[in-house]
Amino acid sequence: MKKSISGLVIFLFFILFVPFHTLADGCIKCHKELENALKAPAEAFQMDVHQKYGLSCTSCHGGNPEQEDIDAKDDSFKGVPLRKDIPELCGSCHSDSLYMRKFNPNLRVDQMELYWTSQHGQLLKTGDIKVAVCTDCHGIHGILESSHPRSWIFPWNIPSTCGHCHSNKEYMKDYSISVYQAEDYKQSVHAHALLEKKDLSAPVCNDCHGNHGAAPPEVTSIGYVCRQCHPSASELFSESPHKEAFDELEISECEACHGNHKILPPSDEMLGTGEGAVCIECHDPESTAYKIATTIKDELDDFKSKMLNAENKLQRADKQGVEISEARFRLQEAHTTLIQVRNLTHSFSLDKIEEKIKEGTNVIAEVSEAGDSALKEAKFRKRGLIVATFFIFLLAIALLFKIKQIEKKIPQ
Amino acid sequence: MKNLFQKLFAYFDSRLMLSTIGELAKKKTIPEHKHSFWYYFGGICLFLFIIQVITGILLLLYYKPTMDSAYESIQFIMSQVKFGWLIRSVHSWTANILIGAIFIHMFSAFFMKAYRPPRDLTWITGFFLLLLFMFFGFSGYLLPWNELSFFATRVGTDIAGTLPLIGKALKSFILGGPDVSGATITRFFWLHIAILPFFTLLFLGLHILLVQILGMSKPIGFPKAKVKEVPFFPNFILKDALGWMLILTLVGILCVFFPWELGKKADIFATTPLGIKPEWYFTFMFTTLKLVPAHFLFIEGELLAIFGFLIGGLIWLLVPYLDRKAAMEQKSPGFSLLGLIVLLYIIIMTALTYFHPNL
Repeated sequence: MKKSISGLVIFLFFILFVPFHTLADGCIKCHKELENALKAPAEAFQMDVHQKYGLSCTSCHGGNPEQEDIDAKDDSFKGVPLRKDIPELCGSCHSDSLYMRKFNPNLRVDQMELYWTSQHGQLLKTGDIKVAVCTDCHGIHGILESSHPRSWIFPWNIPSTCGHCHSNKEYMKDYSISVYQAEDYKQSVHAHALLEKKDLSAPVCNDCHGNHGAAPPEVTSIGYVCRQCHPSASELFSESPHKEAFDELEISECEACHGNHKILPPSDEMLGTGEGAVCIECHDPESTAYKIATTIKDELDDFKSKMLNAENKLQRADKQGVEISEARFRLQEAHTTLIQVRNLTHSFSLDKIEEKIKEGTNVIAEVSEAGDSALKEAKFRKRGLIVATFFIFLLAIALLFKIKQIEKKIPQ
Repeated sequence: MKNLFQKLFAYFDSRLMLSTIGELAKKKTIPEHKHSFWYYFGGICLFLFIIQVITGILLLLYYKPTMDSAYESIQFIMSQVKFGWLIRSVHSWTANILIGAIFIHMFSAFFMKAYRPPRDLTWITGFFLLLLFMFFGFSGYLLPWNELSFFATRVGTDIAGTLPLIGKALKSFILGGPDVSGATITRFFWLHIAILPFFTLLFLGLHILLVQILGMSKPIGFPKAKVKEVPFFPNFILKDALGWMLILTLVGILCVFFPWELGKKADIFATTPLGIKPEWYFTFMFTTLKLVPAHFLFIEGELLAIFGFLIGGLIWLLVPYLDRKAAMEQKSPGFSLLGLIVLLYIIIMTALTYFHPNL
């Protein structure tokens, strides 16, 4: 029995460790002794996710790692794969669900299929080898897991990864597209959320353009892309008269007012007919829509000013030490209403907006009243202090006189 | 009317010996000299304690000592109850001024060597009163159940937990469990309104009785013949009352312009916020614990500091018996220097807590 267990252990040792040990040694051992470009892959591969799952140099490059003589011919050696062949090379494993499930059954296996539908894939088929292939986005020898913050495809690295080619004027000169997308994106509200607030749910290039099947969304589909994260605004827009008009005029929905890559934080100035308003780009001053836009903006401004006024009262009362937490809690409701009103502007329905504003105005009136009574209370406290101090002062003076009077009686 | 008053007085006099007490009060005198000013701090402490009792009883009408409603009940007191803000602010401000006044009273007694026999017991009862009021402060601090008090209590009891052998059991006993919880607030509440007041009244009664029996101590080196004696009643008590009025005005100004804040409700799952520190009168110990090295020879630094404070406290308590010179009515500059070092240490460490919070 003991013998059979020892035999099993030795067998397992050879099966599990010896092959990987030998494989790793052959290529990496020699390349590590070389310099620069020949050494770098061997070093980078130590961090590579493929190495972690037991793959080696031969998995992509072929060859025999046990072969000592480097000049000897080995038919299985493929050398450096050509750019045009890279999607197929990676796909030979990544599109094989049977093979991939050994490592991660949840990993998708349609990347190559999607790639060939992408703008990059389409151009590669025509022989344009400048377009992105797998290694341009994922790296070559030091490929990290996508969840690793240093991975090229980790959310906050994606704008730079895409921008590596798309922001390069020289590289992109043969293509008739802008080279400012990454730069524009970095000024957007989405980039602020991702890069400043470290909110990984904020969209990056691939969330709108797709990743492996990368292509710009069609005019009609932009709204569908945005509503993945902004369903409420999109729903309101779809029910509004703008939807039909935009479709007819082939104007992209959200992008028409908010832009595409440089989506700045939305402001109330986008509403109405003043400077920065987007409504006036389509609506004439004589039109009803123009008047509605003016009314919406005016009512919203009025609501905000009332809210600010109530907030100021609470702040002043708070500074004077009056407890106003309940009123402040109510003010939060007004803030929520403001957010709802801003969202409702996507419906372009004056009735709906007015109804919501009325709801919020009632809340603000209560808060303002609470603020007034808190300020009144602060004034009352100060007056009370003056009165009390006056009487204490009088009593102290009286005491002082009494003390002087008594002290005169004490024999020195 | 006068007749009725005389009748009432006669009724109570025959039962309570009011005339005898009056006669005693008339005979009681206070020495008057260049350091007499410090005598008034005893009266100020008593006055502040009375305010504490009155405002504390009023707060009890609305305060609810549970984890779910403690904060809300204070919020209710401060926003809905008529003059609730004033009662709560007066309670909190006077609690802090009281501790400050006790420290002044204690150090003035120390530097005047008022602890020397036969007033050694007055010193000892006073020392225990200081401890009791510090416990009052510690237990009362948690009662509003706000973020600062919650974490300060946690930090404070963690320190107690580091004591060898008894540390864990002591911490668990104080908190009513392994951490600050609903059980802690109940314990602290009963400690604050029942146990501590009982012992305080006991020691305070004894302290005042001793002061009445033994009278005020004169500083060493003041010849008896040259020190003027003034009647306690009404001369001294009227001056005392003048001091109380000044304190009352100060408390009023503080309450109106700087009402005691409630802060955010404690969240037991939140991480300890930065810069958390105990009430100011504990900060000299808190900063010491932060400054001591992790290890000193083979002993843990924190433990060494705790033992240092315990031994220091014991020496401070027994100073009437250690200062032999003062006991023989001789000047003892060594003990004056010791007092000065302790005072400077407390001031410097307290100042460091506030001016260099990231030490």
